[in-house]
Amino acid sequence: MSFPEGDDARRTADAVARRSYGKLVAFLAARTRDVAAAEDALAEAFASALVDWPAHGCPKNPEGWLLTVARRKLIDSVRRRQTGEAASTQLQILAEGLEDAAAQAERDMQIPDKRLALLFACAHPAIEAGIRAPLMLQVVLGLDGETIASAFLVSPAAMRKRLSRAKEKIQQAGIPFSIPEREELPHRLDTVLDAIYAAFAEGWTDASGTDTIRRNLTDEALFLARLVVELLPQEAEALGLLAMMLHAEARRSARRNADGDYVPFADQDPTLWNAAMIDEAESVLYRASALGTIGRYQLEAALQSAHVHRRRTGHNNWAEVVQFYDALAALTDSPVVAINRALAIAELHGPQAAAAAMNEIAADDRLTEYQPYWAARAELLSKTGAHDEARQAYEMAIGLEREPTVRAFLQKRLAALPTWTSR
Amino acid sequence: MQYLLLLHVNESGWNQLTPEQQQQGAAAYLAYGEALKKAGVFLGSNRLKPSANATTVRVANGKTQVLDGPYADTKEQIGGYFLIDAADLDAALSWAARCPAASHGVVEVRPVWQMQ
Repeated sequence: MSFPEGDDARRTADAVARRSYGKLVAFLAARTRDVAAAEDALAEAFASALVDWPAHGCPKNPEGWLLTVARRKLIDSVRRRQTGEAASTQLQILAEGLEDAAAQAERDMQIPDKRLALLFACAHPAIEAGIRAPLMLQVVLGLDGETIASAFLVSPAAMRKRLSRAKEKIQQAGIPFSIPEREELPHRLDTVLDAIYAAFAEGWTDASGTDTIRRNLTDEALFLARLVVELLPQEAEALGLLAMMLHAEARRSARRNADGDYVPFADQDPTLWNAAMIDEAESVLYRASALGTIGRYQLEAALQSAHVHRRRTGHNNWAEVVQFYDALAALTDSPVVAINRALAIAELHGPQAAAAAMNEIAADDRLTEYQPYWAARAELLSKTGAHDEARQAYEMAIGLEREPTVRAFLQKRLAALPTWTSR
Repeated sequence: MQYLLLLHVNESGWNQLTPEQQQQGAAAYLAYGEALKKAGVFLGSNRLKPSANATTVRVANGKTQVLDGPYADTKEQIGGYFLIDAADLDAALSWAARCPAASHGVVEVRPVWQMQ
């Protein structure tokens, strides 16, 4: 085993893992719905590849090679774990389906892509909402439990337990590996898109850009969104989600200056935005709008587009922005939308009107610990001249923030408040 | 459920900060404590004087041993704590991540084992 070749084998294995992990899991688990067993078998196959490939050279069809080995491991493990009738039925299912399909896959050099079905299984309404995004990241992209736990701020032990419970549910409750029927599709697709967005949002919170786990998470979410768009090209909301995420991602590096300080959207330098990504976002959004069904993610993408347009051209489009927020507020009961709507109203009708809009949602219990609410409230109150209240809101926002750069930014804002009204 | 957030920090870090940074740091801790109180989670908190002020006592085989300094001589020492009442571990971790010490040290989250 020479090193260069070993490196080559590892690189090939890494590339296949990145490209095909979900495809292989989806394929292996499609019949038995035993995701955990499919993952274990695939992990063993990857381990074998790292021993075999450096010695014998990388196979022409690495996916097919992995599939053949994983299938054998899967059958072995069923045989080991179970005896009697249950085992023989399951073995039969495995042997029949996998044998034919794998043979065909190896012949065609192509494995049928059941990843979409797998995504629908992971985001099935019977799976607890909070675990859908982690489950997708693990099962479709092969992220390990520790990485996911850190990104979602959950203890690794708890995350592992929740993931394995969800996988067991898929099998025990008979959650189907299939793409829902036409009439069910929009609703079921929503849960898939929501989970992808949840993964993206977790990644997006890394304003200092120093956390590679988080940064990678936005890449993974973009990968999943692109996958859904590729497999369901006629779904406007999937396109909307992709457009929205591309817009946000395009501004990632503009969120901090050379000193690493946080820069809010209104102060960012538009020339630092990724123009190619914005162009792609715009063309994806255009494709979505041509399909003629409006939805939450398309509206969010349209808002991003409007904000970008305003900053680039200086054209005042706050009236349009408020309209988009009105439409969004009618669709969702999200406090986040209400907060952003209030901020847009401040630009259009002044801070007094916005503070009134903000008071309407102040009673929402979900907001007590919601940092963006306090940050927005503080901004508005400081503009209306209610400096004492603004000060309190800033303190809440600072106390609830977990990014040191954003915390420092808010502290600067707080310090800039006139002190003559203070006690 | 009660959780103790133990703040492990590099003690020499504080003296290396400029006065403005120290002021900003102290204000961040104050704001964090206020947020805990307003959310109804706060039970208690204090900072601890540097570990050079620590003394350890041990009684073994009838002999009392008293030593200067902290129990574990590590770069990071416990600099303070927050005792909180959170719904579950997820909520406690979320509060731990907001603690300023999580950005310049390590916050250890320990569930309290209450006496009956």
